[in-house]
Order: sequence, then structure tokens, then C-alpha cells
Amino acid sequence: MVTFDIKNLNIWFESTQALKEVTMEVLPHEILSVIGPSNSGKTTFLRMLNRMNDLNSNLKMSGEVKFEKEDIMKIDVELLRRKIGMVFALPLPLPLSIFDNVAYGVRMHGLAGKTRMAEKVEEALKQGYLWDEVKDRLTESAFKLSGGQQQRLCISRTLAVEPEVILFDEPCSGLDPISTAKVEDAMVKLKEKYTIVLVTNNVKQAARVGDRTAFFLSGELIELDKTDKIFTAPKDKRTDGYIRGKFG
Amino acid sequence: MRKFKEFVIEKLILICGIASIFFVILIFLFLLKEGLSVFGTVSPFNFLFGKSWYPISEPPQLGILPLILGSLLVTLGAAIISIPIGVGCAVYIAEVAPGRIKEILKSGIELLAAIPSVVLGFIGMVTLVPLVKNIFHLPTGLTALSGSIMLAFMAMPTIVSIAEDALYSVPKTYKEGALALGATHWQTIWRVILPAASSGILAAIMLGIGRVIGETMAVMMITGNAAVMPNSILAPVRTLTATIAAEMGEAVVGSEHYFALFAVGIVLFVISFIVNVTADLFLHKKQ
Amino acid sequence: MRNPHRTQNIAFFFLLVTTLLIVVPVGLIVVIIIQKGLPAINWQFLSDVPRQGMRAGGIFPAIIGTVYLVSGAIIFALPIGLLAAIYLSEYSKDNPLNRIIKLAIVNLAGVPSVVYGLFGLALFVIFFKFGASILSGSLTLGIMILPIIITTSREALESVPQSFREVSLSLGASKWQTIRHIVLPNAVPGILTGTILGLGRAAGETAPILFTVAAFYLPQLPKSIFDQAMALPYHLYVISTQVPNVDEKIRYGTAFVLLALVLFMNLIAIIIRTKFRKKKKW
Repeated sequence: MVTFDIKNLNIWFESTQALKEVTMEVLPHEILSVIGPSNSGKTTFLRMLNRMNDLNSNLKMSGEVKFEKEDIMKIDVELLRRKIGMVFALPLPLPLSIFDNVAYGVRMHGLAGKTRMAEKVEEALKQGYLWDEVKDRLTESAFKLSGGQQQRLCISRTLAVEPEVILFDEPCSGLDPISTAKVEDAMVKLKEKYTIVLVTNNVKQAARVGDRTAFFLSGELIELDKTDKIFTAPKDKRTDGYIRGKFG
Repeated sequence: MRKFKEFVIEKLILICGIASIFFVILIFLFLLKEGLSVFGTVSPFNFLFGKSWYPISEPPQLGILPLILGSLLVTLGAAIISIPIGVGCAVYIAEVAPGRIKEILKSGIELLAAIPSVVLGFIGMVTLVPLVKNIFHLPTGLTALSGSIMLAFMAMPTIVSIAEDALYSVPKTYKEGALALGATHWQTIWRVILPAASSGILAAIMLGIGRVIGETMAVMMITGNAAVMPNSILAPVRTLTATIAAEMGEAVVGSEHYFALFAVGIVLFVISFIVNVTADLFLHKKQ
Repeated sequence: MRNPHRTQNIAFFFLLVTTLLIVVPVGLIVVIIIQKGLPAINWQFLSDVPRQGMRAGGIFPAIIGTVYLVSGAIIFALPIGLLAAIYLSEYSKDNPLNRIIKLAIVNLAGVPSVVYGLFGLALFVIFFKFGASILSGSLTLGIMILPIIITTSREALESVPQSFREVSLSLGASKWQTIRHIVLPNAVPGILTGTILGLGRAAGETAPILFTVAAFYLPQLPKSIFDQAMALPYHLYVISTQVPNVDEKIRYGTAFVLLALVLFMNLIAIIIRTKFRKKKKW
């Protein structure tokens, strides 16, 4: 069963079209990298998958996005967002303690009572490869963590609500190379359990972690193929140009 | 269950959201309900332009022209005093005053805004009124002039803070552009910043004057409360607001006098409505 | 020839003068009231009822009356004002309804205080038959301070970064959960500031309570919300204009207590505001 089945997806912000006739699939337990220059529509595409685009009232869409065979517009939006977690471009801890950041979603969905909560939080922090660094300071403000730790906290927070898919929106754009490597490591390990869609500006990152790679340009899906194919023998000249340009 | 609770809360939020509209309408309706009856006795024209206000004579004479003119006179005086001082102070705070002094001045203005009007009225009575009496050798210092001076002080916090906001929101690039061309700081303020902030400053002036027209306690305590056609700024006058405040306590509910005071309330409500809507238009016009 | 720098010096001098024309009298007012009012303050003045036709004794019933009125006003205005602010900040879209609501708030803030008095008289005292009572006065004051509470609370809510809301929603929290657990807790200092400013305003207003609650002279304390009560600002008005031969000390003392009460609340509001600004985590 495919995770996402997207057919003829069009999105407009007021009069400008952000996505044009996008048709593609996202497969279970893959890391799908989405690359493209800025304003290519890749973030709009990502925010469509968990309906974060709903927050923008100027937005119109046509076409269809199915999540596990169900039209996402017909799924309860809170349930959909629980199943499809999201990690944002900048580390965005909530103004709470480390523990409460991870527990937040769990509490909102009533997934664990007080007794099970500590276990859940520990489990999520372990999965986000942060547990060892924070286990002694769980009650401290999340803002005291370093940027890379904060981003892994955000990943843990997403994992705590037991999603099936995780959407990463340029998750390393604010991080140094070492922190980036840690986040990428986490992603590769996470794919065992989760389906991952990674939007990135960093073509090298797509090459490093992606199973398949999609190239967007001006709202169109130009090419989608196995990552090594995209990077060695792209079918479309524009894909080739973008990758080469980036490689310098 | 949670969904239902949230549904109820969100409806409650919507209701409270439109409560302001509801209250404005409710205020107007209740003023109309009580006030319109007066026009059974006196025509709207004679009410607004009648020259005598003797509400408890038989039959009552219910012309509010002296009160309107009283309000106008006091307001005009307050405007003449408060506009140049208020705008000048706003420019000083926004453009000239250095950082720390700026904060102190702003707190001073906030302090003035916080002083209850009855306290200002009291202070006016014990300091300003004797002063006016002695300077002009008057039989009483309870005059329109005293009222104007005191009201000017009540208008200033509004004028200063809104005008300062308007000056502050002029894009920095305007100022830098003018300074780069070799203009002095003052030339920049006079030729560039003030014109750019003009609609906000106009709104500030209107709201300040709106505050003056509606002010009640201080004006009642120091203008002498003579409901006659005003002929001098050095004579006692009676404003619309003071008339309501001073007489409603004695008016019999359901009497002509009672209805007439509500009709005065309608006039005040309409004036404040026009002033506020116009000022709001000016505030939203900028950029 | 005109020297632009001389012109500038003259202009700045006049601007300074206008500023001093405001600030100096304000300082004087406060100093005079403290200087002449403070000596009148003693325990007896604060805790005794007025005696000898308000020419002696204390102002205790007026203080208590004001406390009751202000509490009543805030109990009424805070929930409505806060929910209205939540509506404006979190739910309303940029449409005509939103424009009208904002205009209504501006108008509510601009309605003359004595007109609120008339409205309270017509609606609460007469129509609802609450009579001249603490209830009528509190409700009238409550509606009057609603715009202050709405405006400051809305600013506080809007200053919470949008990204926090997005994070919460992306975790599948509902809109109300997001408001309740993320937005509101981070807006508390701002809401508190607005509430205290509203309290201060309600404590100092006279005109709205003239016909809705205020008792000229009522030496015993109110027993229920349907009783009349004395109130500080009205008491000051009465002893300054309606009662002859009141000792100046009592007048200044009353003015001092009222001013101190209002300024104290403003001071607390300012302290909360600055403290929070420094502590802000984002």
C-alpha cells in the first residue's frame, strides 16, 4: 500500500499558482527527498500532506491527496496531523521544559496517563538520540539546549505521538555540519519505522539520505526517481542543470 | 466529548467577539428609548437651537443651545491650548529627546493619563480657579477658561501618545534620505516627517478633542455651571456633559427633564461616534 | 541669510518648552497632593466612617465601596474581554465583520463616561430593576473598561509567536488546545497588565457611578450587591463641591488616597510589563 497517492494537485495562493498538476506517490518506509530552488513549491507540497496549508485562508486547491487510500480532506485533521508529524526548518521548541515539550502532543491526544508519561517521553527522546544528553535536566527550559539538540528535541516531540510519517521541512538549514550529521543519522535510522519526506535546499543532503528524490521547479514536479539515478543520469536537462549548478 | 466542549467554547468566543458591537448598539438603543420621548414636547429643532434651558420651570424650556455652545467654547479653548503643546511634545519625545529622558517623559505622560478626572477637577478648583480669578480680577474663577486649561491637560496624553506613534511609524528611510541630502534634523522633521505622519497626527488631535467633549467631572467642578448663552471665555458656562451629571440626580424618572437629559446623551453619543469613526479612518489611511 | 542650524536650535527649544508645559504641571499636581494629602493620612482616616456631615472622621466606606465596584467590574469584564480578545487574535479573519468589531471597540472606548452613566441608569437601574446598587454600578463600569481589556489582551495574545501555534497544531493539537495550552499561558503578563490598567480606570471614574450606585453619605457598609455604596471618586466630588466648610485636609487626604490607589495599580502594571519584557524567552 502506498503511503501518499497524489493526483493532479494544484494549489493557488490568491492568483499565483504554487503547485501545478503534481501527480506522484510516496512509498512506505522510504526517505523521499524533495529538492528544488526556492519558490519551487516544495514547502507548499510538504505542508499539503499534513494540511498545515489549511491555516492559510488565501489558499485554494484542486486535485486529490490520499493518505493510505483515504482522501486527507476527509480525515479528521487532528488525527491526520498526529499520524503525519512535522519537523520545521528552524528548531522550534515550545516555551516549556524539555520533558513537557515531548509530553505536549501525548497529553493533547490523551495517549498516556501520568504514570506512563515518563516512559513515553524517555522512549521518544531515545528514538531522537537525545536521551543521554538531557536525561538529567528534563525539567530545564528547552531553550537552554543547543540548536542541534533543540532540533532533535523537536524530532522526539513528533515521535512521541506515534506518527506513521514524518515530514522534514529543511530541518538542517539552521544547523552546523556536526549537528546536521547527527540529525541525518537519526533520519536514516528512523526510516525503519517511519516514512520520511524530506524537503531540503541542500542537494548533497538529498544525495546522502534519500532513497528517492523529487525535483520541483516553479510548482511543477520535473522528475522523480531513485536518488542515484537522479544524481547520475537525470532524464530532464533542468534537473541536471540544478544539480550541477549546486555542485558548482 | 472533547470536540463538543471545544465547539461550545468556540461559540462562546464568537459571541464575546461580537459583544462590543452588541454593547455599542445597546447603548445607542437605550439612549434612544429614553431620549426620543422628549421630542413629543419639543421639536428637534427647538431642542437643538432653543436658547433657554429651564428644565424645571412650568412648562419646561428645553433648548440646549447654551449647553452646546458651552461645550464648544470650552472645547475650542482646550484645543487651542492642547494641540500645539501636545504635538510639540510628541515631536520632542519621538525625535529630539535622548533615550533615557524619552522613557521618563513617556512615563510622565502615562501618569497624567492615569490621574482620575475628579482629582484633576479638585486640583483645578484649589489651584487654577483662584489663579484665574486673581489674574483677570473676576468675581469668580469658575469660568470657561479654567475649564479649557484643565481639559487641555486631559486631552494631551491622548494627543501625545497617538501622535508619537504616528511619528514613530514613519519609515526610517524617509528620514535618512532627507538627512543624506544635507537637510538639518529640524528641516527633516518639518518637511518630511511631519507631513508623512500628518494623518496619524490629525487622528490624534481628533481623539484628544473627543476626550475633551466627553469629559465630565473636571469640567463640572470648574466651569461654574451657568446654563446661559456664553458670552465670554471669562464667564461661567455649562457643558452638555456637566448638565447630565449635575441634573440627572434630581430629575424624576419619566419626566420631561429626564427624557431631555437622555436626549443630551444622544447628542453626545452621536458626536463621539462621528469623532471616533473619522479618527479611525485617518488612522487606517496612512500607508 | 537664514541659518538652518539657528532655526533648528530655536525650534528644538520650543519643543522642549511644550514638553515642560505638560510634564512640570503633572509633577506639580502629584507633589501638591502628596504634600498636602499625606499629613491627613492616619489609621483613623482610613478605617473610620465619615462623621459630622463628612466634615470629620474617615473614608472607610468609600474605600470599601470602590473595592467592591472595581472587583465587580473586573469579574464581569475580564471573561468577556479576554474571550473577545481571543476571537480577534485567533479566530477573526480580515473581513468586514472584523473591521466592524474593531470600530465598535474604538467607539466603546470613546463614549463619554457620563453617557455610560445614563446607559447604566436606563438598562441596569430601571430596565432590569437592579436599582441604584453595586451590581448596576459594577456592570456599567465593566462595560466601560471592556475596550481597555480587549485591546491590551489582544496585543498580548498577538505577541505570542505564530510558530508556537504552528508547532502545536502540527502535533495534532486542536485549535482550542493550542490557545489554552500555548497561547494563553504566554500572554498572561500582558493580559494582567491590561486588567490592572482597567481596574485603575474603573477605580477613578465618577460619572458612570453617579446615577447607578453612588451614595452621597452612607456611613454603614453595603451588605449585598443590591445595596448602594459610597465610592472614593464620588466622595471626593461631594466633599469638594457639595458640602461647604470641609476641612482642606480631608479633601486632600481623600484625593491622595484615590490618586495613590490608581497610580499604585498603574505602577504594578508597568512593573509586570517591564519585568516580562526582560524575561521573554523568544
